[in-house]
Amino acid sequence: MARKLPHVDVVLVGFGWTAAILAQELTDEGLTVLAIERGAWRDTPTDFPPTVAPDELRWYWRKEMFQNNARDTITFRNNRSQTALPMRRWGSFLPGEGVGGASVHWNGQTWRFLPSDFIAASHNRERYGELPEGMTVQDFGVTYAELEPHFDRFEKLCGIGGKAGNLNGQIQDGGNPFEGPRSSEYPNPPMHMTFAQHQFAKATAELGLKPFPGPSANMSRPYTNPLGCQLGPCSYCGFCEKYGCGNYSKASVQTTILPVLIQKPNFTLKTHNEVLHVNLDKSRTRATGVRHVDVQGNEYDQPADLVILCAYQTNNTRLMMLSGIGEIYNPATGQGLVGKNYCYQIMSSADVFFEDKYTNEFAGAGALGMVVDEYNGDNFDHSGLGFIGGGYIANWTTNARPIESQPVPEGTPSWGSAWKKAMAENFLKATSVGAHGASMAYANNYLDLDPTYKDAYGRPLMRMTYDFTPNDVAMSAFLTERMKEIAERMGGREIKLNLRDGPYDSMPYQTTHNTGGTIMGTNPSNSVVNRYLQSWDVPNLFVMGAGVFPQNAGYNPTGTVAALTYWAAAAIRSQYLRSPGPLVQA
Amino acid sequence: MTAFAMLLLGSAPAPLAAQESSFSQVERGRYAVATGNCQGCHTIPGEVPFSGGRGLETPFGTIYAPNITFDEDTGLGLWSKDEFYRAMHEGIARDGSRLYPAFPYPHFTKMPRDEVDAVYDYLASLPRVRKEKPENDLPVPLNWRFALRFWNWMFFEPGEFQPDPTRSAEWNRGAYLVEGPAHCAGCHTEKNLAGADKEAQHLKGGNLENWAAPSIRGGTHGGLEKWSEDEIVEYLRGGRNAHTAAFSTMAEVIELSTQHFTEADLKAIAVYLKDLESDEREEPEEADASVLAAGEAIYLDNCNACHVSDGSGVPRFFAPLAGSGKVNDPDPTTVVRVILQGARSVPTKVHPSPLSMPAYDWKLTDEQIAAVATYVRASWGNRGSPVTADEVGELREALKE
Repeated sequence: MARKLPHVDVVLVGFGWTAAILAQELTDEGLTVLAIERGAWRDTPTDFPPTVAPDELRWYWRKEMFQNNARDTITFRNNRSQTALPMRRWGSFLPGEGVGGASVHWNGQTWRFLPSDFIAASHNRERYGELPEGMTVQDFGVTYAELEPHFDRFEKLCGIGGKAGNLNGQIQDGGNPFEGPRSSEYPNPPMHMTFAQHQFAKATAELGLKPFPGPSANMSRPYTNPLGCQLGPCSYCGFCEKYGCGNYSKASVQTTILPVLIQKPNFTLKTHNEVLHVNLDKSRTRATGVRHVDVQGNEYDQPADLVILCAYQTNNTRLMMLSGIGEIYNPATGQGLVGKNYCYQIMSSADVFFEDKYTNEFAGAGALGMVVDEYNGDNFDHSGLGFIGGGYIANWTTNARPIESQPVPEGTPSWGSAWKKAMAENFLKATSVGAHGASMAYANNYLDLDPTYKDAYGRPLMRMTYDFTPNDVAMSAFLTERMKEIAERMGGREIKLNLRDGPYDSMPYQTTHNTGGTIMGTNPSNSVVNRYLQSWDVPNLFVMGAGVFPQNAGYNPTGTVAALTYWAAAAIRSQYLRSPGPLVQA
Repeated sequence: MTAFAMLLLGSAPAPLAAQESSFSQVERGRYAVATGNCQGCHTIPGEVPFSGGRGLETPFGTIYAPNITFDEDTGLGLWSKDEFYRAMHEGIARDGSRLYPAFPYPHFTKMPRDEVDAVYDYLASLPRVRKEKPENDLPVPLNWRFALRFWNWMFFEPGEFQPDPTRSAEWNRGAYLVEGPAHCAGCHTEKNLAGADKEAQHLKGGNLENWAAPSIRGGTHGGLEKWSEDEIVEYLRGGRNAHTAAFSTMAEVIELSTQHFTEADLKAIAVYLKDLESDEREEPEEADASVLAAGEAIYLDNCNACHVSDGSGVPRFFAPLAGSGKVNDPDPTTVVRVILQGARSVPTKVHPSPLSMPAYDWKLTDEQIAAVATYVRASWGNRGSPVTADEVGELREALKE
């Protein structure tokens, strides 16, 4: 029997970026806010100080930084003819767990999606005609212009370093000329570039492209954000993605919001408690709160006026399914929406080996890089190419962590003395150019509940059915060719191409940019949540995160996830609280 | 106090009187309490403010601060204003017994009666908490309170603050705060064998609870010689300035006390401190070259990322070590302790982020800590004497207790 707890105004499920932003915004509104996080409390000096932060074995290889998949994981298959099996060890993507969520272990590459990305369906239809059979791409229901002030707020919260390419419609030298108009320059200058970025910039400029510094949440200088929180300058140690930053140099929940939020009397954070489902009233159109369980197995009912799902994309989708909110998507019939339009991204890369130049990639940072955006989104003409979308091509120097980084030329044996010799010769003289490809939604890629496997509480696991699509494969082949042209011009002795042509393999690490499942849209027949991220079925339930993306763009998603969160928070503050109910009439 | 007054007090306890206090009187008291940092000693962190029970470690034993909420049995509920003033002014409790000077009545004696009355009215307005304090842990004969008569005769002179007419009102206000309620000498002045301030060492630095408190004299040769008045104000307001960041005991003083001061009062403190000159320091003993080389290597591996290879740190984020009063202190206790245990910058209204340094006690040996401490004390213009592995070992042991 669940014990009933005292009422709060708002309950947030999970405590990563989106929950922290909402907690800060809604406590400012005077509401009592409770966040429930299934992982542990984590802070910089206790959990990842500089004395233990760069422990590659512990954090990455032994997965101490990530969701505990001995208790709850995802089953995976490439298509419906296969039987999905549980991922017992994370590989292709790395969901976070604990206070701060993935904000603790992200790289810090902080993008805005292109204006055309938000209207992908109508824009591409207009320019290229009908979308191919089976592609289920649709518009977000919110525009870049509407999100612009919210992108701006997040970039200032985080102290993003970069160079504007479009200031209020004026194209700026040195920035990304393709980006949507921004209302102000980045709050910090770009990071210091290394030898490899200079070679990339030279090569791309020679090809007539416009290289620009990647927008970085690793601090290019000491920064105090608008809340008064302090971030230290990056020391370029290269332990960003998969690691907590010991030097307060990476924007995270811990460095940007928590010091202020944790002091507020109307905010409470409960850790080591997992939300089992959203409680609904008899009409099933109103959430009464959530059911959660502590580590001793005691269950609680937490009443709240407003329930907001802020967990990772797959977990939000699964909570909707486990709570019986909306209909689970069925690809055989096309009926149902929860779990629909699961998307990922497609990455390929080219290693460049120099003969007598040192790249010293051990000195790097998660978002230290130069980028070109000519082949992203609809920045180029796709006529006759057989795909839509694209991706950026970049030279990031994120790290050379010794267990993970083994740059050796084509044809090197994978072990033994020849491999050791090649490692010794190339470790300090290699760099990599990567293509960060978008992922378009197809009817056959989706999420649902596994019929066989269950989590520690006996609930069905999330089942992922995914493979690279014809659009992904054609796009990746195109991007890889462009990338190759750049890599070959960077002055190296040789290059090595790392293609990604399918089928999708869930083991090698690719990216933690999983999207869809609780998609947003213009009406209840095409989406789970409306343009304000409010559930169509249960108006006092909101769903945050990349699960609301109808398809995935050729950028890292955090900037857009955060902008959508600020946008939803503004709608709750200015509209919903005055008149609780649907913010969009169906 | 007469039996009649006692009876009267028993039947008409103080809270009634408190209810009659005007809002402005209570607010004046709140501010005076902040200037005296009463909460610091009279609260166990995390418990109800002013409910007492916190232990102050002295060289003589542990003295526990009492509950100063107005609970009748365990707090000040039965105390009259006269009795309260006598405690603050003369160090004598309600029952006539003498208070230990761990309660800084040698400083509070400088507070005028109306200010002390305001403190009383403020404390009386707070929620009353019933909580007994633990017995003091003092050896014979120090637990005989009448021995304090002798101490007072030797070291204590009651008397309210007398302004120096040759000085500005601002200087006098600063002097009043520093020497009176704020009782800076409590930590920043060396004590004699009886635990009383050594007058010749006034505000030149002290050592208590295994921390070295640096010199805070701001004139020539003083510990704050290189700090401007504005920098002193900034430090007391936000816990950081271009020279250093506050942690440990001073962090608590800033959190509970000085960040709540008015700008004018902080400025007055700065004016007063900048006027206090000090003595020229002896040149430190030279460090061994091999120790310095080892210390430099350890520094570059462990400290460089935040404190930077030239010791310049990141002002207001990560404390500079070049020119730091703590690093240069003749007493290396603080610098060694910070390496052993780490340190947490105080979160304040101005700077809410508690930027912290991790502990190195599990990572570095006594010898390595001695080497790196010696290196930072001898580099970039610093003039601290070498530190030995034995000193580190002794502190490591002392901190285990």
